[in-house]
Amino acid sequence: MHLKNLHLVHFKNRDQADLEFVDGINCFVGNNGVGKTNLLDSIYYLAFCKSFFNPIDSQNIQYDEGFFVIEGTFDRNEKDEKIYCGFKKGDKKQFKRNKKNYDRFSDHIGFLPLVMVSPADTELVYDGSEVRRKFVDGVISQFNSSYLDNLLKYNKAVSQRNALLKKMGEEQRWDASSVEVWNMQLLQYGQPIYEARREFLDEFIPIFQQYYNLIGNESEEVSLVYKSRLHEASFEDLLQQSEPKDARAQYTTVGVHKDDLKFEIKGHPLKKFGSQGQQKSFLIALKLAQFDFMKMKKGIKPLLLLDDIFDKLDKNRVKALMSLVSEHHFGQVFVTDANKTRIQELFEDIDTALRIFEVQPNETKLITEK
Amino acid sequence: MEAVEQFNTLPGIGKKTALRLAVHMLGREKEEVEAFSRAFSKLKENVTFCKECGNISDREICDICSSSRRNRSVICVVEDLRDVLAIENTQQYDGLYHVLGGHISPMDGIGPGDLNIDNLLTRAQNGETEEIVLALSTTMEGDSTNFYLYKKLQPFSVNVSTIARGVAIGDELEYTDEVTLGRSIVNRMPYESSISRKE
Repeated sequence: MHLKNLHLVHFKNRDQADLEFVDGINCFVGNNGVGKTNLLDSIYYLAFCKSFFNPIDSQNIQYDEGFFVIEGTFDRNEKDEKIYCGFKKGDKKQFKRNKKNYDRFSDHIGFLPLVMVSPADTELVYDGSEVRRKFVDGVISQFNSSYLDNLLKYNKAVSQRNALLKKMGEEQRWDASSVEVWNMQLLQYGQPIYEARREFLDEFIPIFQQYYNLIGNESEEVSLVYKSRLHEASFEDLLQQSEPKDARAQYTTVGVHKDDLKFEIKGHPLKKFGSQGQQKSFLIALKLAQFDFMKMKKGIKPLLLLDDIFDKLDKNRVKALMSLVSEHHFGQVFVTDANKTRIQELFEDIDTALRIFEVQPNETKLITEK
Repeated sequence: MEAVEQFNTLPGIGKKTALRLAVHMLGREKEEVEAFSRAFSKLKENVTFCKECGNISDREICDICSSSRRNRSVICVVEDLRDVLAIENTQQYDGLYHVLGGHISPMDGIGPGDLNIDNLLTRAQNGETEEIVLALSTTMEGDSTNFYLYKKLQPFSVNVSTIARGVAIGDELEYTDEVTLGRSIVNRMPYESSISRKE
């Protein structure tokens, strides 16, 4: 699968853009702030119906303008797919495939698999468990269609149970049969979520470790650890045991909504013991493992967007990464970098179709083609 | 304007529609408007809820509960009176009803105590009830309410059943959502019982 062309109007800081890409490596180079990442983000929009960075559509319109349009033609299974995304202030976002409007954006998400590697990924290391659950959930729901449904229902059941606990707390009473009703719902939807996450991580972790060894240092042992109270006992027992605690806390203290994914390096938390370079390698390995996993499950090579990943990586790591690119392990790749010479040198000897675009405030010029 | 605010309290009526309705009422004859408001006052005065099943009624016991032609051994439990009308329109059911007045939803502040449940438990023990059919929404809240009622009814000697869930009549399989279709496959039924229905 690859993106053949991209047409933008008033998207973020791009007034207009018309670009033709190759089914290989496409690079955007230019100074800070000219809009390299915005070009990647527009491609992300076409796959996920929203921005990677800012979920508020109206804030993705160019300053002082009233609308934006992103249009792209993908070659997917040798068939042209024209994707259109338009947003006008005060109107509903329009999302079309081959001129046909989507009723639900969720019908489109997953159709064009895409993986974005961005400096913003560090939130996976530093933020709370929610972003890591979201990462895991995002990957699983791309190939397991009932997973997202279970997740939405599970979250609703948690909200209902929490509302009940709060009310009972205020009224200083305990109504066991009402609690039981929501325990049943949590079990019904939570158990399959737990099992899907466990199965997924069993498969995913070895792929991740392989990637880290490749781009990181083999002597550094890294791991992902799935943390869940459901490892200890059955969900049913856990819910029962935690009832006194839940009553005091007035919310549901146990369940898959408390799961976490621990990032470890040599058995210690990556957040505290990993250097910036190690963290970056870790995150890139995580995203590339996601790429492999999606490729395996969907049978299509996802688009790979690499935003500013060459900073903070030493020469050996960059080299290892580039060898993967040259072995045609990936499909179409988009790369941004502020350093034009670095990019030109890096890709000089690589045997793949290549286009380098120089991004300037008002235009994007094709400067190298191979 | 007071009338606008009153219209605005109705479900599905926003500020603009409320204003439109109020302006429309202004343009009508005085008698017509009075007849209109009288109808509403009477509605509240004359219509009450059946002591037995909770359905609306103009008497203490509603027409269905007091009818001698209904099968008194089956009670169908529904969320509100619109569901009674819907089931009556099918002309496939001749038992009694029980109107709960909603479903359990703690987020909306509705617990079992806010619903017409105690009365159902009394009816379940009255000696003539043999079966209770749960006909609630197929949402999570409906399911939760089903489960709650099931647990509460277990000590009594009544059969508890629930309405079938599956592919809608006239639907094509490929457009049926996966959860419904999956359930239809799991809860499949003998072919004979699928053809011996009166339409």
